[in-house]
Amino acid sequence: MRKEIFDANDIKRAVKRMAYEIIEKNKGVDNLCLVGIQKGGVILAGRLAEQLQSIEDRLIDVGALDITFYRDDLNTKEEQPVVKRTEIPCSINNKTVVLVDDVLFTGRSIRAAMDALIDFGRPAYIQLAVLIDRGHRELPIRPDYVGKNIPTSFNDLIEVSLEEKNGGRDRVVLVTGERG
Amino acid sequence: MFRSKDLLGIKELTSEEIYHILDTAAGFKDVLRRDIKKVPPLRGKTVANLFFEPSTRTRTSFELAAKRLSADVVNFSVPASSVIKGETLKDTALTIQALGADFVVIRHSSAGVPHFLSRIENISVINAGDGANEHPTQALLDLFTIQSHKGKFRGLTAAIVGDVTHSRVARSDIYALTKLGANVRIICPPTLVPAEIGKLGVEIFDSMEKGLRKVDVIMMLRLQLERQGKGFFPSLEEYFNLYGLTAERLKLAKDDAIVMHPGPMNRGVEIATDVADGPRSVILEQVTNGLAVRMAVLYLLAGVKK
Repeated sequence: MRKEIFDANDIKRAVKRMAYEIIEKNKGVDNLCLVGIQKGGVILAGRLAEQLQSIEDRLIDVGALDITFYRDDLNTKEEQPVVKRTEIPCSINNKTVVLVDDVLFTGRSIRAAMDALIDFGRPAYIQLAVLIDRGHRELPIRPDYVGKNIPTSFNDLIEVSLEEKNGGRDRVVLVTGERG
Repeated sequence: MFRSKDLLGIKELTSEEIYHILDTAAGFKDVLRRDIKKVPPLRGKTVANLFFEPSTRTRTSFELAAKRLSADVVNFSVPASSVIKGETLKDTALTIQALGADFVVIRHSSAGVPHFLSRIENISVINAGDGANEHPTQALLDLFTIQSHKGKFRGLTAAIVGDVTHSRVARSDIYALTKLGANVRIICPPTLVPAEIGKLGVEIFDSMEKGLRKVDVIMMLRLQLERQGKGFFPSLEEYFNLYGLTAERLKLAKDDAIVMHPGPMNRGVEIATDVADGPRSVILEQVTNGLAVRMAVLYLLAGVKK
C-alpha cells in the first residue's frame, strides 16, 4: 500500500523550520557548513542553505559527501554501489558541520558519513538534520533537526521524491511491507 | 554490472563495463586529491603482487592503489620467490591462496598465464601484462586520460605509434578504443606490422607524416630496446629519424591533440624531450590516473561474488 505522507508544501515548511532551528541552536550561521549525504541529502542541504542564506543574508558553504567507501555492508552486498562525487568546499576544521540526509533509519549511513567526514578534518561539532526520521536505529545516533517523525514498521519503504533528483514533484511516500 | 571475478583483458569487457570502471575511477581520483588519501573499502583484504617480469611502475601503482583502499599487499618478485627453485605456476598460486590472498595481480612473459590462474576459485586475478597479449589496466588509464581531455570517444582519431607487434599495451588500447567508437591508426615500420592486424579494425600507416595528420590523440609506445639488432629496424638513430615524435611532427596533429606514453620513455628514441615535457604531453597525468583506475578495478572486483 502506498500513502503520501508529505507533499511539496509540507517539505517546504519543514525545511524552513529546520533552517530556523539551526540558526537558533547555533546562535547564527557563523562557522557553519552544511554537508549533504549523496544523493537526496545533497539536494536537501542545498535547499536548507538557500533558506539560511535568505534569513541571515550571507553565503553558507555546502558540501556533498559520498559514503560508499565507508559502508559497513560492502562485503555483503550483491554488487558494489556506484561511487558518487564527494565535494567538501571548505576546511571543516573547527567548524560546526550539519550533516543532512533525507531519511534516518538504522543510523548506519550516518556512522559511515561521520567516518568519511573525519578524513577531511576535525570539526568542532557534527550535527544531524534529516527530513524524515522513521525509527529503527541500530546504532546510538540521534538527529538534531527533524522534518517529520514517521513511525514505520521495519519492512516499510520510505520514498523521498525531489524535483532535482527525479524530475517529479516533491513528495514523501510510505510504502508498506516493501523492503522484503 | 560486473560479471567476472577477474580482469584478464579488455577483449572480454563490454563497453558498459568499461564506462562503469571509468566512472568509478573518477570517484577515486577525487580521493587522491584529498589530504587523507586512504579510504577503507578493502580493509582486511589481501592483494598479492606476482611479477614474473621486471616492473617498477605498474607494481608500485598497484601496490599504492591497494594500500589507498586499506588492503594489505604482499609482493612476490622473481628473484626473491621460489620460482627459481623450480616451483610451478600452479603451486605458486595455490600457496598464495593458502596464504589467504583475495587478489592476485600478475605479470608474466607468457600470454595466457592470468587466464590459467583465474581458474582458481575465490581469488580475483588482475592481468598486469601477459606476454604480447594484453595490459588491461594500462588501456583503462589511457581511456580515462583521453576522456578527461576530450570528453568522449566516438569520432575521435587516435594514432598508436611504435612496435605494435610486441606491445600488449597497443593490443589493449586497440580493443578499448575501437569498442568505444574511436578510430584507431597504427603507425609503425613495415617490419613491425602485426600479422593479425586486419582483424583489429584499424588503419595502418608506415609514415608519421601521413599517419599523424589531424589526429586527436597520439599514443607513443616504448621501443623495446632489447629488440634492437633483431632486424626489425636498422638503428635507434634511424628509428628516431623516421618514427620519433618531434615538435615538428606534432604540428600535423590537431591543435588540441594530446601526447601519451605508457612509460618508461626512451627520450630521443621514440619521443623528443621537448615533446615529452611540452604542454601537450599528458604523460605524468597518466601515472596519477593509473592509480585511480587501479583502485576502481580492485574495488569493483571486490564486489563480485566468488
